[in-house]
Amino acid sequence: MDFEFIRQNVPMYQTAALLTLRIALWGVLFSFLLGLFCSLIQYYKVPVLRRIVGVYIELSRNTPLLVQLFFLYFGLPKLSVVISSESCAVIGLAFLGGSYMAEAFRSGLESVEKGQLEAGLSIGLEHSQIIRYVVLPQALSVSVPALCANVIFLIKETSVFSVVALADLMYVAKDLIGLYYKTDEALFLLVTSYLIILLPISIASSLLERRLRYAGFGN
Amino acid sequence: MEKTDALLEIRHLKKDYGSADVLRNVSLTVNRGEVVVVIGPSGCGKSTLLRCINGLEPIQSGEILLGGQVLTDGTAKWSQVRQKIGMVFQSYELFPHMTVMENVLLGPLKVQGRKREEAEKMAETLLERVGLLEKKSSFPRQLSGGQKQRVAIVRALMMQPEIMLFDEVTAALDPEMVREVLDVMLELAKGGMTMVIVTHEMQFARAIADRVIFMDAGEIVESGEPEEFFTKPKTERLQRFLNIFTFE
Amino acid sequence: MQDLGISILLDGRNLIRLLEGLWVTVRIALLSVAISMALGVLLGMVMTLKNPITKALSRVYLETVRIMPQLVLLFLVYFGVTKTFGIHLSGEVSAIIVFVFWGTAEMGDLVRGALISIPKHQYESGRALGLTGVQIYRYIIIPQTIRRLLPLAINLATRMVKTTSLIVLIGVVEVLKVGQQIIEANRYTAPSAALWIYGAIFFLYFLVCFPISRLAGRLEKRWQD
Repeated sequence: MDFEFIRQNVPMYQTAALLTLRIALWGVLFSFLLGLFCSLIQYYKVPVLRRIVGVYIELSRNTPLLVQLFFLYFGLPKLSVVISSESCAVIGLAFLGGSYMAEAFRSGLESVEKGQLEAGLSIGLEHSQIIRYVVLPQALSVSVPALCANVIFLIKETSVFSVVALADLMYVAKDLIGLYYKTDEALFLLVTSYLIILLPISIASSLLERRLRYAGFGN
Repeated sequence: MEKTDALLEIRHLKKDYGSADVLRNVSLTVNRGEVVVVIGPSGCGKSTLLRCINGLEPIQSGEILLGGQVLTDGTAKWSQVRQKIGMVFQSYELFPHMTVMENVLLGPLKVQGRKREEAEKMAETLLERVGLLEKKSSFPRQLSGGQKQRVAIVRALMMQPEIMLFDEVTAALDPEMVREVLDVMLELAKGGMTMVIVTHEMQFARAIADRVIFMDAGEIVESGEPEEFFTKPKTERLQRFLNIFTFE
Repeated sequence: MQDLGISILLDGRNLIRLLEGLWVTVRIALLSVAISMALGVLLGMVMTLKNPITKALSRVYLETVRIMPQLVLLFLVYFGVTKTFGIHLSGEVSAIIVFVFWGTAEMGDLVRGALISIPKHQYESGRALGLTGVQIYRYIIIPQTIRRLLPLAINLATRMVKTTSLIVLIGVVEVLKVGQQIIEANRYTAPSAALWIYGAIFFLYFLVCFPISRLAGRLEKRWQD
């Protein structure tokens, strides 16, 4: 292995990793909001919207992110909808992640018994107050493991962003392989970069999960 | 008639789930300070009746009035009405993510916008009265069933309701815990609280009730003062029902 | 008025070519799923062993697979193996290696989960009825395990089909690549082809994955105790 070459190229990977992280952050954030919104609509069975959410979730879950990105980035401009690479990536990630987050929230919401809503109603809480004080705190603690798994899943999915011309980690690695035939070095840096990003998140999420499981409420 | 004294009036209440009639033409008046106990076989509609009073179940026809205000014409603001109606459920339904104190303060602080200091003082007084003051920082999971149910009663009382509804509150309890809950209810009754109680505890019904009502198949079959009701049931249906509880 | 890009889809053999491209992906997915399921069942049984060495090894294996993006694994095999061992692996073979490597780990974990989810008293009540060890497995444990496992395994299969779309990035000519070729060839006559072609590919994937995940959902609902 050519360590000098590796050293020289660390900054490139660093830039690429930061780009990946930035997009992942926005994508995850929007997935969260979209997912929460969708799950509440399904939980409260809001007419019409519920159908739309249902169709969205099926479309999102049953198509690959790569294909979604191709459509957004190459297809939509033909309808004069031109979206920048980064926006494309964020939208794509949020479109994909929204349905996964919705599932995670849904399982949490469904774990809250109907009697809890009635108890909230019977002391005069408004529906919005019941969501805030009674339902969400309980639902979230159940959803956390799935939400964490989704965050890791979404960060991994960012690896396809080179197709919308983003200079992410895969893009840099492919470049180095193509230009210099420094395959080992490029791949080494690639794997290391992903480990640096994903290992801490993975460890943090399993710690969080364990804490939630053992801490419980008053256990 | 002591019409001025009527707190809760139910007139010709009808409710069905699609094809199945749950309540057929139920009329009932509960006066201020009165304790009414409702008994009847499971599925007779007695729990549904309570849930209708509290607006947890939509009704098909008839009307319900509380303190002269019509609740069932679609204009009533339920979140306000429910503050006047305390409800205690069979399955406690304490909020598991909150301590005992947080459970009983949620309504007063968030619904009624009362001062924390005042509400906390009231909570402590009430918890003391049901013998659970030292549990105020515990989570529901750390309490026994009987303790949970007493906290649930306090939670309802915190709203300073005009009437309390009890829906088979001892049915899920181990036998040795039934008493501690019933004692709290007896105290409440003595204090002049208006109560509607659905229960299977016949002895208790006899002890606490001003009036006992027997429901079967969605209608009120018989009602009367407890002594008369239990010793000389008039209808055959009630006789048969009461016979289930005796071993001779 | 825009050109009728949609006609490109129906032009000549274009739709057939797209379907052929999709079949490349689906074939790789099916093959990988089949091998992964078989190996995964074995791995899952190994994972329930109390042996600390197999436990540690399978744990490391599973975590490695879980933490690395599948595309990185594809790069490692496609570029790395060629370089290091001097054997040239085609994109398709690399893909199958990676998906089997990944699928086996996931399937193994599902099998492990299903096996340990059978409560102990199921074995005990089997024994209480006088069943032999083999009979307990045959009539009690395996049927319950399969009920728990099958919906999850089918979901894994949809995930694998979707992930197979990545192989275009290691040079396999599959549905996206064919789509690109069609768009290129009609660059001047039908500039809006990209919209229709990529839209069509989107729905083709949906048509493949949706029935499968529906099936999984149905089974899950039906077999919920």
